[in-house]
Amino acid sequence: MNHYFHSIRIDTEKCDGRMKCMRACPTQAIRVRHGKAVIIEEKCIDCGECITACPHNAIVPLTDPFGELAKFRHTVAIPSPALYAQFGREILPEKILSGIKKLGFDDSFDLAVTCGEVSFAIQEYLRDYNGPKPLISNVCPTVVRLIQVKYPALIDQVIPIETPRELAAREIKKNKSKQLQLKEKDIGTFYLTPCPVKMISIKQPAEKGKSFIDGAISISDIYGPLLSAMESIEKGSYRKALESICILGIGWAMVGGICRTLRLKNSLAVSGLGEILKVFDDIERGKLRNIDFVEAYSCHQGCVGGSLAVENLYISYNKILKLIETLEFEQIKACPDIREVRKLYSQNYFFIKGKLEPRPLKPLDRDLATAIKKRKEKEDIFESLPKIDCGVCGAPTCLTFAEDVVRGEAEFTDCIFNLPQKFAELSQELSELLNKSASLSSIRSNPKKTKNKKD
Amino acid sequence: MMSDEVVLTQKFEITGGDFNKAGRVSTDIKEILQEIGIDPSIIRRTSIASYEAEMNVVMYAQRAVLTLNITPEKLHLELEDEGPGIENIERAMQEGYSTATDEMREMGFGAGMGLPNIKKNSDKFEISSTPGKGTSIKITMSLDQTEKK
Repeated sequence: MNHYFHSIRIDTEKCDGRMKCMRACPTQAIRVRHGKAVIIEEKCIDCGECITACPHNAIVPLTDPFGELAKFRHTVAIPSPALYAQFGREILPEKILSGIKKLGFDDSFDLAVTCGEVSFAIQEYLRDYNGPKPLISNVCPTVVRLIQVKYPALIDQVIPIETPRELAAREIKKNKSKQLQLKEKDIGTFYLTPCPVKMISIKQPAEKGKSFIDGAISISDIYGPLLSAMESIEKGSYRKALESICILGIGWAMVGGICRTLRLKNSLAVSGLGEILKVFDDIERGKLRNIDFVEAYSCHQGCVGGSLAVENLYISYNKILKLIETLEFEQIKACPDIREVRKLYSQNYFFIKGKLEPRPLKPLDRDLATAIKKRKEKEDIFESLPKIDCGVCGAPTCLTFAEDVVRGEAEFTDCIFNLPQKFAELSQELSELLNKSASLSSIRSNPKKTKNKKD
Repeated sequence: MMSDEVVLTQKFEITGGDFNKAGRVSTDIKEILQEIGIDPSIIRRTSIASYEAEMNVVMYAQRAVLTLNITPEKLHLELEDEGPGIENIERAMQEGYSTATDEMREMGFGAGMGLPNIKKNSDKFEISSTPGKGTSIKITMSLDQTEKK
């Protein structure tokens, strides 16, 4: 069996078995067994919905502590552009990047510039592509995992271009090691992440290659210290700070940002897993074959809606949107040079080395005939269930419970609705027994009664 | 086990003009195929073919029954509809030919790709029609990977 690394861990001390996470899970990967939540590894796509759903904070995202920095001789922070959206409108990326340097990193890197380069690379790829459409963005690791697990047939439509965070880390290691005369492994690259899933994309890339990023630090962990670090930074020129922003890259923080800044005509942007499922169903049926490009984020509103972000997601979405509008209005185009990008593109600079493989869910059985037999059993079990999805059995729905029973992972009697039926049967038997004994005793008592009457 | 023995059979009803439920049958079929472990590329082609067939019923016919039959080696989809039938099958099989109304085109259908697309995605495709009565379509997919299209 395959083992998957996940960025989510359940703290059994804190878990109360309240089933909120089980109901929130979009891939039905959580069960409650013996009063504690358990994650089914192969079904989990690390979306983080359960983290937000848990009332006891018993589901913990695995990110790296600050102490990891000490392992390296030179450290570089690579904040997700979503970090730029966490502070008020007047705090621009320039200030945030210098604030980060006061937190113990030797340097900070503006990922928006790399995002801009990748935007251009995507444009190049779209132009030459003539396979099945639409192409799907690979920036959200949850979406990539969702495709591997639930839509394996769409795997060839995932854009094989490296994500900006990986590209940036790769180049930082290369350039800094040269510049500082250090080994690449002595340069620590840390991604400041708005969501836990980026952590797994580092520990276990979907493409089975190796990540260039050494660690991920939660935006929520860094928020407080960063806020106070920025207080002592003197206010510079607003115009100059604006001019340093890459308009193509800043949009990567929010849903629709890539499509908008690239001005793609035939594209669509979707966020939220429920919505993504609808769109992917349509792609699979061939209904969207006239669309060129789909941008999909598992979190609502895109990366700004990540579970480790601090600011309200609509506020942060708006901040990015207003920033793009301001840059458009001021006609500031601090973008990477497209000719340079084209040159790098032709040298395969942007392409992912590893191959994305499907990870389809286990069928009911390996043998077709047995699988079909088990499916029939599953349907029969389902028919006998109350279909109210109460969750008391520990499975999120009656249908998943039926499947668990067929797979041998649950007992039919785990369903409490089978208990009243059992009680009814037992009480029927019991009352029959009572009747019998009553009639027996009446026979016995009758002679007495007649005796008494005579008396 | 006999190789042509039907190991799974399931019938689905499709109602003409019901755009709300359109696509549900092909989703149900996809889920069945995933659960019994059919190869993803075959599932994909079956999804596209069954969706197009379903949409044809929704757009043009009154009702239809779609039957899924699986044998150890093959997957069959048989669609029998009650509807206007097709006058000229040869013409209907041409890419770009369509009798869709403007309304349907506005919804993104009627590009004249339906039947050709079904044929393109199936390993074997048969169609017959009686004008005024209905159309019947037979789609076959080979489950053996080596025979894959």
